[in-house]
Amino acid sequence: MIRKRASRDVEIPTSSMADISFLLLLFFLVTTTIDVDTGIGLVLPPPVEDTEIVKVKTQSLIRVLVNAAGDVLLDDEVTSVQQIHEIVANKLRLNKKLIVSIKVDRETPYRVYIAALDEIKQAYNILREEYAMETFNLPLRNLTKAQMDEVREAVKQSISIAEPERTR
Amino acid sequence: MKFKKKQASTKQSVPTASLPDIIFMLLIFFMVSTVLREFDVKVQFTLPAAKQIEKIDNKRIVSYIWVGRDGRVQVDDNLVLIPEIQNLAARKRQVIPNVIMSLRIDEGSKMGIVTDIQQQLRKGDALRINYSTLMKL
Repeated sequence: MIRKRASRDVEIPTSSMADISFLLLLFFLVTTTIDVDTGIGLVLPPPVEDTEIVKVKTQSLIRVLVNAAGDVLLDDEVTSVQQIHEIVANKLRLNKKLIVSIKVDRETPYRVYIAALDEIKQAYNILREEYAMETFNLPLRNLTKAQMDEVREAVKQSISIAEPERTR
Repeated sequence: MKFKKKQASTKQSVPTASLPDIIFMLLIFFMVSTVLREFDVKVQFTLPAAKQIEKIDNKRIVSYIWVGRDGRVQVDDNLVLIPEIQNLAARKRQVIPNVIMSLRIDEGSKMGIVTDIQQQLRKGDALRINYSTLMKL
């Protein structure tokens, strides 16, 4: 004898699927942080033992010294942090190959150092803006990626963090 | 004359059969874009602000070093001493060859501590760094 199979509905109820996935979605929505990290990027030089020390003529350097009180000595002239970008930009305009060397005292507050570094970056930005205007007749932010790379190549940033005199 | 209201023969409800699919699509987007690793920051710090800042697009290659107001240094989830940073940096460099060390340093810190950390990073061969700053308006 063959037993008759009851004709049941064999579907899995999927109406609550949306609710379950909503719950998961909400979890990920809440935990996601979209904010990006911003900051000043730099590449440190390799350790001293591995590299030969390159002697640079003092004429090809812009020396920025910052003391603990936040006073700036820029190529033997006393200025303030806010003026760095103007002076550095002027010097770079005359000779693009100059290296900007920044040296700070151990007691200098970090905020002053960042401000000084920011000023130097601004100086380069001024020059890049000018270069972009000259060659493409466009402001820097309207350039395409290829053009931007060209500008970066033409106005190269060469910032040198001076070797500290004493460390632990 | 008899008036009969015309009624469309279609169903009046919005079809919800594809709703789970849409939600799943959103869900997958958020799952992929989430970086779940969050650190328990044990030091107090206020970041400095700067104008010429750049974004780090890829959060996965970033590794953080915190320096607090009181001069304590934290790497990942532990407070460390400055001489230990060299080994930590070298290890990170092995795991992620193009690691960016993001320095989250309190704006009032002395530069001495920053220089010491940088020297350690150089010895550990983690040379790409980023001074984490806020946007200055």
